[in-house]
Amino acid sequence: MANMAQAIRMALHYAEEHLGVTDIFGEDVGAPLGGVFTCTQGLKTTWNSPLDERGIIGAAMGIAMAGGRPVAEIQFCDYVYNTIDLLKLAGNTSWSTFGDWNLPMVVRTPVGSGIRGSIYHSHSFDATMTHIAGWKVVMPSTPLDAYGLLITACQEKNPVMFLEPKALLRVKGEERIPGEPDDERALSKLIDAPLGDRSQWKPQWPAGLEAYAVPFGKGKIVREGTQLTVVSYGRTLPLCAKAAETLAADGISAEVIDLRSLWPYDWELIKASVQKTGRVLFVNEDTEVTNFGEHLVRRTVEELFYSLLAPPRLLAGKFLPGIGLADALEMASVPQLGDITTAIRSLAGEQP
Amino acid sequence: MSRPRLIKESSEASAPLERELLVRIHDLMVKTRVLEERLIQMYKQGHGYFWIGGPGEEAFNVSLGLLMKKGQGPDFDYLHAHYRQSGTLLALGEEPIGSLRQMKNTATDPYSGGRNFAGHYSARKYNVAPVSSPIEVQYAIAPGTAMVQKRHGGDGITIVTGGDAGTAEGDFASCLVWSSRPANPLPILIIVTNNKWGISTAAEGQHGEQRISDRGKAFGIRSKTINGNDAVEAYTELREAMAYVRTERKPFLLEANVSRLYGHSSASGANYVGNEVDCLKDFEAKLEKDGVLTREQMDALRNNYTEEMAAAARLVRDEPQPDPESIWKHIYAEDK
Ligand SMILES: Cc1ncc(C[n+]2csc(CCOP(=O)(O)OP(=O)(O)O)c2C)c(N)n1
Repeated sequence: MANMAQAIRMALHYAEEHLGVTDIFGEDVGAPLGGVFTCTQGLKTTWNSPLDERGIIGAAMGIAMAGGRPVAEIQFCDYVYNTIDLLKLAGNTSWSTFGDWNLPMVVRTPVGSGIRGSIYHSHSFDATMTHIAGWKVVMPSTPLDAYGLLITACQEKNPVMFLEPKALLRVKGEERIPGEPDDERALSKLIDAPLGDRSQWKPQWPAGLEAYAVPFGKGKIVREGTQLTVVSYGRTLPLCAKAAETLAADGISAEVIDLRSLWPYDWELIKASVQKTGRVLFVNEDTEVTNFGEHLVRRTVEELFYSLLAPPRLLAGKFLPGIGLADALEMASVPQLGDITTAIRSLAGEQP
Repeated sequence: MSRPRLIKESSEASAPLERELLVRIHDLMVKTRVLEERLIQMYKQGHGYFWIGGPGEEAFNVSLGLLMKKGQGPDFDYLHAHYRQSGTLLALGEEPIGSLRQMKNTATDPYSGGRNFAGHYSARKYNVAPVSSPIEVQYAIAPGTAMVQKRHGGDGITIVTGGDAGTAEGDFASCLVWSSRPANPLPILIIVTNNKWGISTAAEGQHGEQRISDRGKAFGIRSKTINGNDAVEAYTELREAMAYVRTERKPFLLEANVSRLYGHSSASGANYVGNEVDCLKDFEAKLEKDGVLTREQMDALRNNYTEEMAAAARLVRDEPQPDPESIWKHIYAEDK
């Protein structure tokens, strides 16, 4: 099965062919590299931009204004901070012009830990991004969802921030992307650029790729459970699912929700689950102070207080200025499988 | 007997302007000045929270609006304006009452529905991109529309304007870089209106370059500094620069020296500054001297516009404020 990088590439190919995407660009996005994470190899509208993040976001806005459909990439989300006022502007363009202008643009950027990226290649962006109104914000945790969310993003009339958990970009999916070949080695032969000279290389896109779209604002239950709810997205989601699976052996029944869309998000799904289980743990790896999970905790307290059997909890990254390079430092800074297992066990055991 | 004309001399810049055009430019300059003065008055009377605008830039801004290829979509010119360009908007065909409505932040404000500051226009029907308060960001955005236009074909160009102090922002450098990439030079007219000031900070204390237009040289961008206070020079130089961008599909950097006749904005008092060149006064003296218009005609024109603007202001005063519930409108495009 395809990994997330391949899924993104296939979605972008589909979007170029069928959804009117005109420009896929950013630093090193075009040939020969096709993106530092290979997400844009072999696509037909790719081009390399100057090393200028403000220029990239600005150009995307301009292209969108003039009727193009850009998909811009910021090489690492740590560098999208350079453009924060432009993100604010893109988010308020429709509102501030009373609907006169709208910006159908997608920005993709890899987020989070997992590649020992040290201080400037490990940060998260979900808390900051969900603070900027006027955008839609999504983060897949599987290749199929990456494909489906990106298809939806490329059909949007509004700016979309597509966050790619870099720890999961190379993880093979368990579900097939509609149209991808059965054999993953065959897929790689078709669409992964060879090492070395690529000047003659052309990808062979699977013929049957479909407009499989994951709607924004819809999460999914990845594991049913009765005793507590775990809500996560991105890198920590598979860890939550794994922890839940392990704990099932101990008789702890955890329901795991993949939020997928951060804005808008699927409150109805969270609500129904928490009303069933009475306990909820929110998990992500952004720094914990003023974290998006805090918003979810607040809403849970305000709206679901009388359904709760225990205080809602947040497990997030430590409030640190960065993530250190050493393995031990990275692992200690953001939630790992053990932390999640401990947190679930402790929440499950908490009695009113 | 007339001497043979050299090719260089026949350039459009030196072609004289028709009387009819001079009268049109003058009319719009007066209309713009009277509008701005009315806006200042409204602000001072408490009928608005903030004023910023372009008295002192009429000669340049009106010419720009008249020369733009007006319409919607990449076949037409895009304007990424800044907040001193009511003259350009009026020359494109906007009526002054829209500006008054924006000053009074009524529900009828056609540019933002009572949300945005004075002079912050948005007119998709004329490809006028929304004016933003963060200065210079328009220079990062403009290459995007120019890119689409280049690919689209035709002769539509992108125009971006901003102030001299703002050229210290990285977005100005971005614009020079993105417009002159060897991989894809862009049809973009990069304009800086130089009034020699930030808010209160003089340019000479901050900018080492002799002319801002010199910064184009390093990028191989054709560049020029002109007197934007001279309506004829502004019009003819803009016409030439635009013709170059339109046909060559390459960038041009134009620096226009202009005046700031009422200071920076209401934040600095919005009072008339006596020691700056007044482009309207100068133009009127010239028109009178050349016999294009008489003093009486020009005075009558100003009086007419003054009355018109006063009537419009009275109308606007009685118009409703936006409904508080309207805050939820247009956050996303599908809410239209
Ligand atoms: C990014 C940003 N920083 C600061 C300000 C506050 N500000 C508004 S106008 C201005 C001075 C701009 O001067 P200049 O670029 O020369 O344009 P002018 O107003 O003189 O036409 C400043 C500092 C702002 N609006 N945006």
